[in-house]
Amino acid sequence: MNKFLRKTGLTSVLSALVFMAGTSVSIGAEETIKVGILHSLSGTMAISETTLKDTMLMLIEEQNKKGGVLGKKLEAVVVDPASNWPLFAEKARELITKEKVVSIFGCWTSVSRKSVLPVIEELNSILFYPVQYEGEESSKNVFYTGAAPNQQAIPAINYLMNDIKVERWVLAGTDYVYPRTTNKILEAYLKSKGVDAKDIMINYTPFGHSDWQSIVADIKKFGAAGKKTAVVSTINGDANIPFYKELGNQGVSAEDIPVIAFSVGEEELSGMDTKPLVGHMAAWNYFMSEETTKNAAFIKQWHEFTKDKKRVSNDPMEAHYIGFNMWVKAVEKAGTTDSDAVQKAMIGIKFPNLTGGVAQMLPNHHLSKPVLIGEIQEDGQFFTIWQTNTLVKGDAWSDFLAESKPIIADWTAPISCGNYNTKTKKCSGQNY
Amino acid sequence: MKYRVMCPVRMVLWVLIFGFIKPAYSQLDEIDFIAPVVGQQEIEKPTYSETILNLKIRSLSKKGQAIERLVTFQNPQTINILQALADGYLFESREYGSIVIASSKENQYAIVLAEDNSQLGLVERSAIKKIKINNSIRSKIRRLIAKLHLNSVDPNLRLLAVKTLSKAINQDSLNILKILAETERDESVLDTLQLVIALDKLKSTDRLIRLEGIETLKEKTSLEAVNRLQAIIEQNSNGQFLEADTEVRKQAKSALVKIEARLQVYQAAETVFFGFSLGAVLVLAAIGLAITFGVMGVINMAHGEMMMLGAYTTYVVQQIMPHHIGLSIILAIPAAFMVSGLIGIVIERGIIRHLYGRPLETLLATFGVSLVLQQTVRSVFSPLNRSVITPEWMSGSWQINDFLSLTWNRLYILVFCLLVFAFLLQILKRTRLGLEVRAVSQNRNMAKAMGIPTGRVDAMTFGLGSGIAGVAGVALSQITNVGPNLGQAYIVDCFMVVVFGGVGNLWGTLIAGFVLGIANKVLEPFAGAVLAKILVLIFIILFIQKRPRGLFLQKGRGVES
Repeated sequence: MNKFLRKTGLTSVLSALVFMAGTSVSIGAEETIKVGILHSLSGTMAISETTLKDTMLMLIEEQNKKGGVLGKKLEAVVVDPASNWPLFAEKARELITKEKVVSIFGCWTSVSRKSVLPVIEELNSILFYPVQYEGEESSKNVFYTGAAPNQQAIPAINYLMNDIKVERWVLAGTDYVYPRTTNKILEAYLKSKGVDAKDIMINYTPFGHSDWQSIVADIKKFGAAGKKTAVVSTINGDANIPFYKELGNQGVSAEDIPVIAFSVGEEELSGMDTKPLVGHMAAWNYFMSEETTKNAAFIKQWHEFTKDKKRVSNDPMEAHYIGFNMWVKAVEKAGTTDSDAVQKAMIGIKFPNLTGGVAQMLPNHHLSKPVLIGEIQEDGQFFTIWQTNTLVKGDAWSDFLAESKPIIADWTAPISCGNYNTKTKKCSGQNY
Repeated sequence: MKYRVMCPVRMVLWVLIFGFIKPAYSQLDEIDFIAPVVGQQEIEKPTYSETILNLKIRSLSKKGQAIERLVTFQNPQTINILQALADGYLFESREYGSIVIASSKENQYAIVLAEDNSQLGLVERSAIKKIKINNSIRSKIRRLIAKLHLNSVDPNLRLLAVKTLSKAINQDSLNILKILAETERDESVLDTLQLVIALDKLKSTDRLIRLEGIETLKEKTSLEAVNRLQAIIEQNSNGQFLEADTEVRKQAKSALVKIEARLQVYQAAETVFFGFSLGAVLVLAAIGLAITFGVMGVINMAHGEMMMLGAYTTYVVQQIMPHHIGLSIILAIPAAFMVSGLIGIVIERGIIRHLYGRPLETLLATFGVSLVLQQTVRSVFSPLNRSVITPEWMSGSWQINDFLSLTWNRLYILVFCLLVFAFLLQILKRTRLGLEVRAVSQNRNMAKAMGIPTGRVDAMTFGLGSGIAGVAGVALSQITNVGPNLGQAYIVDCFMVVVFGGVGNLWGTLIAGFVLGIANKVLEPFAGAVLAKILVLIFIILFIQKRPRGLFLQKGRGVES
């Protein structure tokens, strides 16, 4: 019996180990540069993170075809933190100390990033974080290739306010750090634009909430005040389908009360019955439907790599694409994979976006990005209805929260601080 | 792109023409169907088919103009084109370069020329390109179509038209509605018309007209009326009333009291319905567990995964018959029962039967099984959610009035839940299996002595419980995600319901599910979804302290003291 228990309990870990062995053995005995991939392949977040692991493997494979970096082949070391936040820290430590990887590409949820952060800083490694997040952070060892709130949420609000003339706002989110912080920023921003507190409704729901009846009924009531109403949704992953279904069933159409989402991308849509979603919106920095030659080539490569013509691409994938290529450029510029040298070389590196324009790594470790707003189509793709004319620079510390307004992040001399208070002229160090 | 290659000169001309015409339209929100405005500066009037071709332009504002232009022709085909555009059936044929209306036929599309409905045959999806529109164009089209439907003979169409127009009311459409109100006979249409007109009266500068509006609104069942009346009696941040006139405020207040009295009744009804429907989901999910845990005493942590397998079965059945969505859901019910039931039997025979009497080991083993099943599904179907399509008859809602509407999918699930419950009860009460199950659960040794093959009964009971979980999965596939994590989301709720209801009692599970559902929904409006769940959990913990055996305790000699 004991034997059996051990077998079942360890299955997920075993499968990850087998996978790891498979990838690391495949490359020969010559000296390689090891790159860590820290994405959940099992558990709740596997739904989103597995794709990013595949993306990284594809990018590394392609780089090796080009001859690797600094004359050496790259070697991917894949581990599975199993959607378990403390395990992320453990696995990160294992990657750096045992596997000796020179940098890590990984994490999805903010809580996993926060869990990895102390380890990465202690061991002075590098983490590339590819997901849009709540900001209010800038670590010397982390490069944030996803959007900060001012590259996603704020432009989306501006669009709704100016183009759709929305006057009443529902801020609906899942109850955890990203929606809470984002909604705090958005509420402060809306109030600064003269929106009355009565015209803002804030609602939080637990992870994976599936019974949206009362909340949708409330939104419907809130929206029947003769003023244009919109829902700004930071609802995460699995809770989205029941939410949109309930909206559709209760007869709330995108024309009456549009929902703009920050966590619904092509990948999530591919698992949904899109009928009730048509016309609702999402704000991202990348859409698969953008017609550029770079994007077409990327999608083609992705389809060939996965051997699946139906696989979609999404925003965090582009973030890894940019992040990885910037890392390659930085390593070549520094001539070494040494952490400090690469960190220094990263700042100022430019690499073209898939959707046009050139992304640049800013001194605050964030990217400059275009902001796109798209309406969901029946085929699960987005139809871009609005986009910024220029690239928006990522702002680590929001200007709309009183406590973070005077704070900036700048990792170049003389400030060299992720948490610098321009008023007191002091660097308060990390406070995560 | 193609268009520009075809005739660049005309393209420029078009832009110029539209540039001229636009100011003439700008005072009106949209073109009037009844009296089309004709631009004075028209130099060269494009033909109907040229205007249709303009829908191909990628720019959304140009597309909007082309639509406005289209309606000035008063061609009867226009309404079909617009309807197709709004519903997403309007395409551009890559072969002919013309605009076509397509309808899905098996794996191909039957296309007809938009202009005159002439048949163009069957094509692949790749041969046609969708004409994309956004919300503002979609609602513009809806308003245009609504205006046409205002004079329809069908009162339902008229009602829909009035409702569409009232969403973004302007002086122009208001006048049309006022004219309509004078001749309208149908009660519900007239009721809506009066409401729209009365709401507009509130904006008037004349206090008598405002009072008149309030008087009408008093009798209306409308959320917007409530919100608008509320606005009248509110003060701004300086403590001044937004409405200066005291008499108007007084009237508004009394009207509000009157409407809200009605609103509260409907809201209570709504909450009860929400509670019942949440309860139905809980009961469906938990009732299989009530058998495996309640009757057999097996702590089955893989119960959620049985539901997940049921949901995936629905997905597979739907993939086999993609053109009969409604039928596929019905067929999925027995299929899911078989799949989950068989796997349940395998689990019982392979693992659980070796662990009877050792609850801790059973818990760990079944937890392991649940992980194995999840990861298997991830490997077979990918970790992504699968999309299960909701049939037409299960979407939408039964709109009783503006205060109360019941969604169809919830109603169906409520009915389905009661059917499953009745079915299970009959099995346990009237079949030989049921008799044996009860005998074994009451006194295993005595049953054995009577010649009941307890081993087989155990397997069948576990199979029955798992099969019912699979059936619950079919229902869940209609309201939530079909993904590897589906089961995890419900397992805690399931145990909660069974423990609260009283282990080993099906009626207890039913009542407990509904009680918890209603308690949750009553708490939710003022406590929020997160806190409501916590409060319910605390309540159950306290309740179990007082009555460790749940709402209904099992009686009989078999119950160990």
